[in-house]
Amino acid sequence: MSDTTDTTASDTGKRDTGSGLAVVSKAVAHDSAVKHVTGTAAYVDDIREPAGTLHVAPGYANIAAGRITTLDLAGVLRAPGVVRVLTADDVVAVNDVSPKEAGDEPLLAAEQVTFHGQVVFAVVAETRDEALRAVRKARIGHAPSMPVIDVDDALAGDAKVLPDYVFERGELDSEMKRVPRHLKGEVRVGGQEHFYLEGQVALAVPGEQGEMLVYSSTQHPSEVQEVVARVLGLQAKDVVVETRRMGGGFGGKESQATQWAALAALAATRTGRPCKVRLDRDDDMIMTGKRHDFRIDYEIGCSRTGVLRTVQASLAARCGHSEDLSLGVVDRAMFHADNAYYYPVVKITSQRLRTNTVSNTAFRGFGGPQGMMLPERIMDHIAFETGQDPLDIRKQNLYGDVGRDRTPYGMRVDDNILPELVEQLETTSDYRARRAEIDAFNASSPILKKGLALTPVKFGISFTLIHLNQAGALVHLYRDGSIRLNHGGTEMGQGLFVKVAQVVAEEFGADLDQVRITATSTDKVPNTSPTAASAGTDLNAQAALIACRAIKDRLYAFIKERWQVDREQVVFRDNQVLVGNQTMSLGELATAAYVDRVSLTATGFYKTPDITWDREKVAGQPFFYFAYGAACSEVIVDTMTGEMRVTRVDILHDVGRSINPAIDIGQIEGGFVQGMGWLTAEELVWDSAGRLMTHAPSTYKIPTASDVPADFRIELFESGGNRADSIYRSKAVGEPPLMLALSVFSAIVNAIVSLKPAVMPRLDAPATPEAIMRAIRATGGR
Amino acid sequence: MRDVVRFIRRGAMTEVGDIAPTDMVLDYLREREGAKGTKESCREGDCGACTVVVRRRRQDRLVYEPINACITMLGQIDGADLITVDDLADDDGDLHPIQRAFVDHHASQCGFCTPGFVMALFALYHTSAPPVARERINDQIAGNLCRCTGYRPIVDAAMTALANPRADRFGENARETAEMLAFLNDGEDLMVGDQRRFFAAPATIDGLAALVEEHPDAVILAGGTDVALWVNKQRRTFDKIIHVGRAAGFDAIEDSGLEWSLGAGARLADVEATLGAVDPDLRELLRRFGSRQVRASGTIGGNVANGSPIGDLPPALIALGATVHLRKGSAERSVPIDDFFIDYGKQDREAGEIVTAVSVPKLGTAHRFRCFKVSKRFDQDISSVMGAFRFTVSDQGTVDEARLAYGGMAATPRRAKAAEAALTGAQLQDSTRWTEAFNALREDFEPISDHRASARYRIETAHALLGKALIELAGADSQRTRVVGQRPPTDARERL
Repeated sequence: MSDTTDTTASDTGKRDTGSGLAVVSKAVAHDSAVKHVTGTAAYVDDIREPAGTLHVAPGYANIAAGRITTLDLAGVLRAPGVVRVLTADDVVAVNDVSPKEAGDEPLLAAEQVTFHGQVVFAVVAETRDEALRAVRKARIGHAPSMPVIDVDDALAGDAKVLPDYVFERGELDSEMKRVPRHLKGEVRVGGQEHFYLEGQVALAVPGEQGEMLVYSSTQHPSEVQEVVARVLGLQAKDVVVETRRMGGGFGGKESQATQWAALAALAATRTGRPCKVRLDRDDDMIMTGKRHDFRIDYEIGCSRTGVLRTVQASLAARCGHSEDLSLGVVDRAMFHADNAYYYPVVKITSQRLRTNTVSNTAFRGFGGPQGMMLPERIMDHIAFETGQDPLDIRKQNLYGDVGRDRTPYGMRVDDNILPELVEQLETTSDYRARRAEIDAFNASSPILKKGLALTPVKFGISFTLIHLNQAGALVHLYRDGSIRLNHGGTEMGQGLFVKVAQVVAEEFGADLDQVRITATSTDKVPNTSPTAASAGTDLNAQAALIACRAIKDRLYAFIKERWQVDREQVVFRDNQVLVGNQTMSLGELATAAYVDRVSLTATGFYKTPDITWDREKVAGQPFFYFAYGAACSEVIVDTMTGEMRVTRVDILHDVGRSINPAIDIGQIEGGFVQGMGWLTAEELVWDSAGRLMTHAPSTYKIPTASDVPADFRIELFESGGNRADSIYRSKAVGEPPLMLALSVFSAIVNAIVSLKPAVMPRLDAPATPEAIMRAIRATGGR
Repeated sequence: MRDVVRFIRRGAMTEVGDIAPTDMVLDYLREREGAKGTKESCREGDCGACTVVVRRRRQDRLVYEPINACITMLGQIDGADLITVDDLADDDGDLHPIQRAFVDHHASQCGFCTPGFVMALFALYHTSAPPVARERINDQIAGNLCRCTGYRPIVDAAMTALANPRADRFGENARETAEMLAFLNDGEDLMVGDQRRFFAAPATIDGLAALVEEHPDAVILAGGTDVALWVNKQRRTFDKIIHVGRAAGFDAIEDSGLEWSLGAGARLADVEATLGAVDPDLRELLRRFGSRQVRASGTIGGNVANGSPIGDLPPALIALGATVHLRKGSAERSVPIDDFFIDYGKQDREAGEIVTAVSVPKLGTAHRFRCFKVSKRFDQDISSVMGAFRFTVSDQGTVDEARLAYGGMAATPRRAKAAEAALTGAQLQDSTRWTEAFNALREDFEPISDHRASARYRIETAHALLGKALIELAGADSQRTRVVGQRPPTDARERL
């Protein structure tokens, strides 16, 4: 095809998006909603298996670190239904499933074990049950070594997966001497299991001459394609990866869906039969990475009234046994270690620690949430020391006008709406009156204490690995006027597919049901980026729009030639095309164009403009724009047991001009609750041998319905649209709302502070009842 | 004797005989029927993605019970009508009111948990009348995890659908279904398999006792909420399963005036109504026990016989002075529940013996009762520490007896004897004696640290819970002492 349009969307956003839109801006349902509720939405495990499909189950050694001395799989092979076993020796080409072929993520570990749960062999059997049972028959001899488990272990041993990295501005030492107040502290932030409801799964179907078709539940089909080809010694042209939908991703299927797809494909190659890997939930939790947990140390200087002058902080992240995406994750923690606040003189250091635990990976926010714990803790700490309301401290430290608008990494914050947004939420949440009520309540309540906090979020939008900020789409217009849409983004529940379809329908003036949404597939749109960084709609909707416009440009040319009507006199609306004075259906126009031999298919390609980042020089403008929001949360804490309830939440969030308010609100409240779970109840516990103790929902507790306050108020901020030239002036919404949950955490701190401790209570996340009691005890409060 | 499992699917009687004893309903649906609507996510009954509904006749009423298909063996649904998400919409595609409301309220995102939520709420649709309170809906879906939506739209969808009068085809065909179910309930013993490998469900208690005595190596299956995990997670193979669920009268709940007799087969959902009326704290404890799905399957006999160190219900039963009744063949005996739990994984039950009932003395006017469950998450979690206390208080305000029972503090649920002694004979309001009791708890228990809580938190919380009970009994309003499970504002009995 020679008709690829390779431009950035020149005229998007320039038209008035506030009126005259038929499909975009409407709260239409998720495209699969009816299929979801009837159980007819097919996930990978629901695809009818080709006859003869085999099932693969992985096995691992019961050590976190050490060497495998013997691998006796005779019992496995004898077990009922077993067709064969796979070990490192069976890998066709490269035994590495790491994103960048770093050589640190074997598909099947050969000799060295670097975490508990690392796959050493896999069983291929006629049924999944037989495969899972056979795994237990393995006899693995090993010579264990002392594992490095947590951040403190790794710091003590100086074990790193990557070099340290620093953001620095100003003369820290001299400025520190000049500031009147110094504060110092430490906070620990726990990791988080993704707990996508659909676990990792892939079905590989071998084809002719080494071809491989892989159905994978992945956010990154192109990477799965690349890794499958790498492992099998094939080229990208030989492997097709298809993803219709995931039952949740949250980052957990960005880089870590590849291993299971590669394992299925290897089994399919070795047996010549279709093979499926679907991890058991416990295996999934043991074998796949999580959100990085951090130890954060800080020392700050501020004015007597609490305005920050200096910030020095160290972010130490547990990366696990391999690099995976830790470079970007920890960078993003640094990019958000300011959150919404101006740091005049600053030094932020990060350490990427190597441990004998599963390799931590992307998780909604990608390090940003952990980074933001630092500034929010600092704000609470300053408020404690100065005796002021934490909200006042936050407000006076927000980014401001010129002179107070440079981030620690040098980018200017030129689209800041937080002063206005925070002010509005302060009013609508009735913050001041509730503060007074809570003070009165706490004064008369010895056991139960309430807390209140209003915290902002500023989140940078774009992949900081600049080349990922590109997307492709493929649009077909058929002779009957219906449209088939494909693009490189994947659907994991976030509503990307419907938003892109809305943009396409709007462009053709067609009803949404005229647009058929199709599975992401590496043979339709190649070389795609992961669906991540909240950028799915920003990138893919632009690409789709460009594809639509390429087709429309040809239709305009055809119309001009056939009817001598200029494009300005052509309107696509209500499934009709108004051509001057005549009206025809889109199908009639398409048919006429087809008969005139006009191509009705186009690809579209988009790359985000105006972004730069030089990591070595710490210079550039890595973000296209910032997304903003704020939340006000109220909690009540039982100071005898540490039990806590969130009693009210008010959120005001900026999505620019929403393409679909229902989908956007869903992202906001879902992200908030997921963040609340991370900060309050979801606790990952490893034993001293490096084994994860919380590897099932019976022991790892994500929020349930009753944890969400009945009084939960969410508003979209009326911003007038994104200042950046984004699709319909909307803003990305996938990740930013997760960090609104820091308001819950600060509210808990606030409740503990009401006990009037002598020192700032050190509350670590997650704030389980036990963590809350530990913080209370440390204050001498009870 | 019948050798096939029989149940109703989409209005038709279905017979299945070629099963392994521990085959699960979920696998039957997905692999044999090819009905892919019901999803597997955790396979341990903790996420609810596989929720299906069984319609049964109980006390001549047609009931709709949500269960986790992943931990329900196929034989357990013998005699029921099995309804899945694939069945709810009309043949012409019209959505069920619950489904419609989900679409209208944007209550699905990734959609993987959605079938389970729809089914849990479908059960509520038929077991409630409008209007339905938010708390009731939260409780209904406490066993369903959603990672995308944050629940708000799900609850809103449920509120909307449940605010309208009930009208669906399941209500319309209730009568025919009831007739078919009556027909299926044939009173025959069920025995699928042979003497070496079987799933059996005797129709009588005598038959049950005899079969268990005959096969002391068999696994006794009640609700299966634990046994199924041995199959699904430990991948153990069991050749002989004896299910108690069909034995007539085994689930009987009787009121003998001074005490309740709870048949071992009584499901926690049934017990919830009975014990819940005894005390508000017991009602809350049972509400927080597992989930609706777990309580629709799990039984009191299973919970006690299982001997978990936490067990949630046993500490309350110990505090209440319950008795466990056992039977081996025709020999019956009774044991105070305190003595039933011997050590970790060891109960006073012989091979071939079954727990037949638990009798629970009612609270008298001299009794003061409190129980508390502390867990990382309020709903559907296992306690870090569970405390249940019954004080017998004289007219003069003296503690004549204190029964202080804890879970999560030792290898078994058990009493804090030293603390009990410290309080016995004291004035209930005498806080110096409270301190002695608190200190005595450290003699009573040396808890362990694990993923739920540290030893230190456990001992301090044990102390805090006793303290909380005493503070409340001394007059503090539970609105001022608790963040959950507050008791009704006036407690007439305690004011006597």
